[in-house]
Amino acid sequence: MKATHNYTLYHPKWYRERVSTYWWTRQWSHFRFILRELTSIFVGYFVVLVLLMLWALNDGPASYAEFQEWLKTPFAIILNAISFIFVIYHTVTWFNLTPRAMPVRLGGKRLDDWMVAAPNYVAWLVISAILVWFILGGGI
Amino acid sequence: MGKRSNEPFLWSLFSAGGVVSAFLIPVLLFLYGLAFPLGWIEAPSYSQTMTLVRHPLTRLVLFVLCSLPLFHWAHRFRFTLYDGLQIKHLNEVIAVICYGGAVIGTIVAGYLLWNIA
Repeated sequence: MKATHNYTLYHPKWYRERVSTYWWTRQWSHFRFILRELTSIFVGYFVVLVLLMLWALNDGPASYAEFQEWLKTPFAIILNAISFIFVIYHTVTWFNLTPRAMPVRLGGKRLDDWMVAAPNYVAWLVISAILVWFILGGGI
Repeated sequence: MGKRSNEPFLWSLFSAGGVVSAFLIPVLLFLYGLAFPLGWIEAPSYSQTMTLVRHPLTRLVLFVLCSLPLFHWAHRFRFTLYDGLQIKHLNEVIAVICYGGAVIGTIVAGYLLWNIA
């Protein structure tokens, strides 16, 4: 070892390679991650849709009819179809993350991921059926 | 002790919103966005819809359905901009716009649901 060292007075600036803005396009798993993150936009859009619908309902039958006509335009159909695919993607990715967020142990053994995720899908089906039943007038 | 962070609270709102969105949005978007407009299923009438929406329980569900998913959006979208586009220097502006938007949306939802005729 050398006895003399040349210490720098200040901490040298670390070299960091700049990450491209499009880093997530290079690898499929990164792209899927960004797709999952983008589902939030469609969740937000859905809430806006609900608020518009509530506003139209409050404004009276004419406004509500107008809103329903807008929903029938090709633009709205395409937008809602794309949004539907994204919210399904949100649901599936969300459910599949639960085994990792809260691993369930039974008798000292960790349950398989699918066994933790599966009840979510069952509950999803049941909740969806209940909502359809209420909306189509079953509860009234 | 260091400064207490808001992050756990915001994350819990994000998480709760994620659950509500996952369970409720697909079927509602399918019905109102596709099945009713395309005539696959006959849409409920104005008065039927109003009867349903007037019910206190429906209003409560609708309020939760608007509010929590908005906070879910705010949190996730904020980090999408942060990580995806790497616009870190605008971090505070983005946070204000995202969470502020969620707060305003929640207020609008509360106002509309409270005042339903």
